[in-house]
Amino acid sequence: MATLTYRDALNQALREEMQRDPTVFLMGEEVGVYQGAYKVSRGLLEEFGPMRIVDTPIAELGFAGIGVGAAMGGLRPVIEFMTWNFAVLALDQIVNSAAKIMYESGGQIPIPIVFRGPNGAALQLAAQHSQAWDSWLSHIPGLKVVAPATPADAKGLLKAAIRDNNPVIVLEGEMLYNLKGEVPEGEHVVPIGRADVKRPGRDVTFVCHSKSVAVALKAAEQLAEREGISAEVLDLRSLRPLDEEAIVGSVTRTNRAVVIEEGWPHAGIGAQVVDIIQREAFDQLDAPVLRVTQADVPMPYNKQLERLAKPSPERVVAAARRVLYLD
Amino acid sequence: MATATAQTTDTPPQRELQRRMLRQMLLIRRFEEKAAEAYALGKIGGFCHLYIGQEAVAVGSLSALRDDDYVISSYREHGQALARGVPANALMAELFGKATGCSKGKGGSMHLFDAGRRFMGGHGIVGGHIPLAAGLGFAIRYQGGDQVCICYFGEAAVNIGAFHETLNMASVYKLPVLFVCENNRYGMGTAFERVAAVTDVVEHACSYDMAAELVNGMDVLAVYEATQRAAERARQGGRPTLLEVRTYRFMGHSMSDPLHGVYRTKEEVEEQRKRDPISQLAGRLKEEGVLDEAGLDALDAEARAEAEEAVRFADQSPDPDPAELTTHVLAD
Repeated sequence: MATLTYRDALNQALREEMQRDPTVFLMGEEVGVYQGAYKVSRGLLEEFGPMRIVDTPIAELGFAGIGVGAAMGGLRPVIEFMTWNFAVLALDQIVNSAAKIMYESGGQIPIPIVFRGPNGAALQLAAQHSQAWDSWLSHIPGLKVVAPATPADAKGLLKAAIRDNNPVIVLEGEMLYNLKGEVPEGEHVVPIGRADVKRPGRDVTFVCHSKSVAVALKAAEQLAEREGISAEVLDLRSLRPLDEEAIVGSVTRTNRAVVIEEGWPHAGIGAQVVDIIQREAFDQLDAPVLRVTQADVPMPYNKQLERLAKPSPERVVAAARRVLYLD
Repeated sequence: MATATAQTTDTPPQRELQRRMLRQMLLIRRFEEKAAEAYALGKIGGFCHLYIGQEAVAVGSLSALRDDDYVISSYREHGQALARGVPANALMAELFGKATGCSKGKGGSMHLFDAGRRFMGGHGIVGGHIPLAAGLGFAIRYQGGDQVCICYFGEAAVNIGAFHETLNMASVYKLPVLFVCENNRYGMGTAFERVAAVTDVVEHACSYDMAAELVNGMDVLAVYEATQRAAERARQGGRPTLLEVRTYRFMGHSMSDPLHGVYRTKEEVEEQRKRDPISQLAGRLKEEGVLDEAGLDALDAEARAEAEEAVRFADQSPDPDPAELTTHVLAD
């Protein structure tokens, strides 16, 4: 198995799927000549030409809609948003067109499209460039949402997203693009809707996804080393559909859970996870489920304040100690 | 108006085409009258935007296109669907929300679909479908086809960002799209000149280096010929066109809205009714001896019968099965 960055794993997935299926094309700002704002599309213009690697003006609503229309016309578009922050301008097309046309046409017109790009905060980009849209996008019936945390999952989930006959949102992370990991070569497709245990444990379950997986792993390591507590790290990988069975299974083993996400707390992904746990694993719970989220504020620019706003291993450790009644 | 009236009524195929156009316009008129009745009886719910007055736009333009071209429209799309050949029964059944409707009762008046006839919807957010049209055009170009996509929207959509983003990209990418602005002068109750700095929609084309034409939307033959020119431009060179078709709706914005009142006068509506596109074409065909009064009555009787049959069919059709609630959210 080759070691690749998350960025190159995405690049490999795009390249392989474009080689495999001539109806797949990539469209977005700076994807071609500039080789991608984050270099995810590096080398693709040279290999596939400008008909399939399409540079756009800065017009998220317009090119998202062109993508949906192209999907109606039989293609499999991959629409890259330079960041999901800008995709808010395209929400009408994602929500009102991509997610609804299949249903409102009585099943006549599937929309096989991928919308992808970096989501959530990077470093000191301030409020408008530092937000996680996981909860917003996962709210919509008609969409699937995935949020890979590792290079292998990035490749496997993007390939699955491109092959899916529905609109799939792929939430990447600017802070993840340089992350290295082993990535299976060739045909590696991660099924959408299946969570993955990134670290097995007995005493408490950390439910997490995307960037919060690294936070949870670090917290689990600290708890193991310093306190002999065994935390299980369950990476959701897909936010819609959610792998309820995996969540319930893990909590049934550990009897305690902390849900971590980089979004805001109000009506967040964690709220949905907690709903599943209280409904399906009520009798197995030994403590209320706690959540670690971004602070309920627009992201500040100042470095110290920003650190305070984000989920951290320390906050996860503290939450774990509380659900274990150690504090 | 820039477009001259057609001069071509003297050959049998052209006579036949014009008879067909008149028949389609009559069908739309009678269908919409029946829809209004059914709405008043509570058989049609929600919003229902009628096409009465604008028939020449759908019929003239779609008569100039091929069966493999794509059609996409706003929520005022009953007329285009009928002109495209979607059966009146399936359309009325959809308005009634029935299982036999063209969208299986899930779309309603604003979301009529018939993928087999390349009728790609009925879309409810003003201007939201304009980028979809460019996407269909993109797919045509990508696949190397010579079809076109025709996209209908009202003049109020011209103030929406999606219109401008799309026209720019359609021109940059050379997409075979016909943007048909049906300028009926009012976005709901707001006169266009009250909210638009540039009131000749056709002028917007120059911002996007796009061909454009101003068309008399009450003259079905003028619409037909302008569409032919635009389609040719799209098929030959993949160039989009903006057609501003000046028309008028004889009804309120939707069935819940008044015909006139605070935003336009009764006199104005009556004056416009004198330009009725159906009477104009009928008058002309009678004048030229293509059709006599009896022939016209026969065409109208056919249209009425088809609309009545559609109501009967919709009435007798079943509601969707409750299990349909959760189907078609996702494709397999």
